[in-house]
Amino acid sequence: MKNERRAFILKWETEMKYQIVRAGESRSFSEDHQLVAGAKDSGEIVVIIGANAGNAFRKLGATVQKAAVLIELGAECLGAHTGEARGEEGSNVLGFARFRLGSSEPSNLVELVRQPRTADTAVDAAKQALESAGLQVAICSDFAGRIIDRLVRPYYNAALTRLDEGLASAADLDMTLRLGLGYPEGPIELLERTGLADHYDATQVLFEAYADAAYAPARRARVAKLRQELNRQDAKKSKSKN
Amino acid sequence: MATGIKTVGVAGSGTMGAGIAIVAARAGFTTFVYDTREEALSRARKQTEGFFAKSVERGKLSPDQVAGILSRLTGATDIGAMSACDIVIEAVFEDIKVKHGLLAQLDKVCPPHTLFASNTSTLSITEIAAGSGRDDRVVGMHFCLPAQLMKLVEMSPGLKSSEQTFQTAWDFCRAMGQTPVKTKDSPGFILNYFLIPFNNDAIRLVEAGVAAPADIDRAIKTGLGYPMGPLELLDLVGLDTHLLVAEALYASTHDPRAAVPALVKRMIAAGHIGRKTGRGFYTYQGSTMFGG
Repeated sequence: MKNERRAFILKWETEMKYQIVRAGESRSFSEDHQLVAGAKDSGEIVVIIGANAGNAFRKLGATVQKAAVLIELGAECLGAHTGEARGEEGSNVLGFARFRLGSSEPSNLVELVRQPRTADTAVDAAKQALESAGLQVAICSDFAGRIIDRLVRPYYNAALTRLDEGLASAADLDMTLRLGLGYPEGPIELLERTGLADHYDATQVLFEAYADAAYAPARRARVAKLRQELNRQDAKKSKSKN
Repeated sequence: MATGIKTVGVAGSGTMGAGIAIVAARAGFTTFVYDTREEALSRARKQTEGFFAKSVERGKLSPDQVAGILSRLTGATDIGAMSACDIVIEAVFEDIKVKHGLLAQLDKVCPPHTLFASNTSTLSITEIAAGSGRDDRVVGMHFCLPAQLMKLVEMSPGLKSSEQTFQTAWDFCRAMGQTPVKTKDSPGFILNYFLIPFNNDAIRLVEAGVAAPADIDRAIKTGLGYPMGPLELLDLVGLDTHLLVAEALYASTHDPRAAVPALVKRMIAAGHIGRKTGRGFYTYQGSTMFGG
């Protein structure tokens, strides 16, 4: 098995190429990203990007001969596109998403989703394709929220709740977490920058997936979401009047 | 910002106590460190001298400045040394009975104007103050680890702390060159309230097979720009210490996220405590970390 992987890596370094299939607007990659720019017309790896990547995968036909097929994921699990089979699922198909918070720029981190029986060679191929475009890769299993959202959404909810409860001022909460833990931003300023309504959307999905109170959107996120909807309705009404 | 504080007492010469004493002496305060254990005082003195030797090496302080700082630092196994202090910062074991016992003794030897500050990270300042004999003159001053390097101090008034007490302690904190932030007297204050559940959640992801420690740490560092991943940090702190703090937080909050995951106890039983035992979520050899 080790020899097989070594041979595979050697093959990758010498000749493996990837192609991009576009399926709507991608939250992960713009047209000028190195990954998109470095793609070929055809290749042993297929990277499907865009909001409709799952649909495009299902229309793609046979992909078993490919070294790896990567589907850009939204909040859904990879299994929604590949199907699942009693914990034995897995093939050459992986999911991925480049992590970004709300309206902020995407980070350099790609969460690469594998299933229990995903081929190691497919994981290696996917990882190397992404790393060749300057990205960092974290491999995870196929669970809602993957790694980062699973960890940060309860923290953001707790910060919003404790702000309401008067634990400290927003400025002091932020400064404490920056100075005490070296975080680049405190939770309140970060949520203000990236969008409280977006946090609502992300954490509501997790709350529905896990029914865990830690993911229940905090009051300030619910208010921001409602306000966003009311503003949209107002804008629609005023547009129809004009 | 005249606080009237000239002489500082630090009770407990463990890692935190020694660090706080460095901060006070470095800022020009005459500082007494009290500990019942002579060997703990000797160890702290050695660590302090080592710390300042590095400060000289790095050009941050001159040998004369270090000599001046060390001349202001005195260790004592007799609690009577605290009688000269205008403020005493306790940094003893996180146990309410231990803290009450200490404060009751301090109340007997210290003059009425002496303020008591607690470096507790999880216990209630109001509860600690209740055993002090002077609950209007007690305040929370939680320094971050390592205290001699970190500027942040979480400051909390207890329910009975007087405004004057809090203000004097606040001004004293700034006079030491630290950055105070005011928090409510609430379990874990700000840092531990958020950090302990976050770290527990990361352990639960490992436990559930969502991702390997190195992948979780890489995701958090690259995706969010944190300087350390949660599992690297836990290895540095030690799972034994994490267990103590998390259990104290859970006892106060009953927040399910503060409850220690079963994996922690299994790892401790196996001796996989972190860097100090050579193995935790990662394996270490000397200062080299494997498994990243």
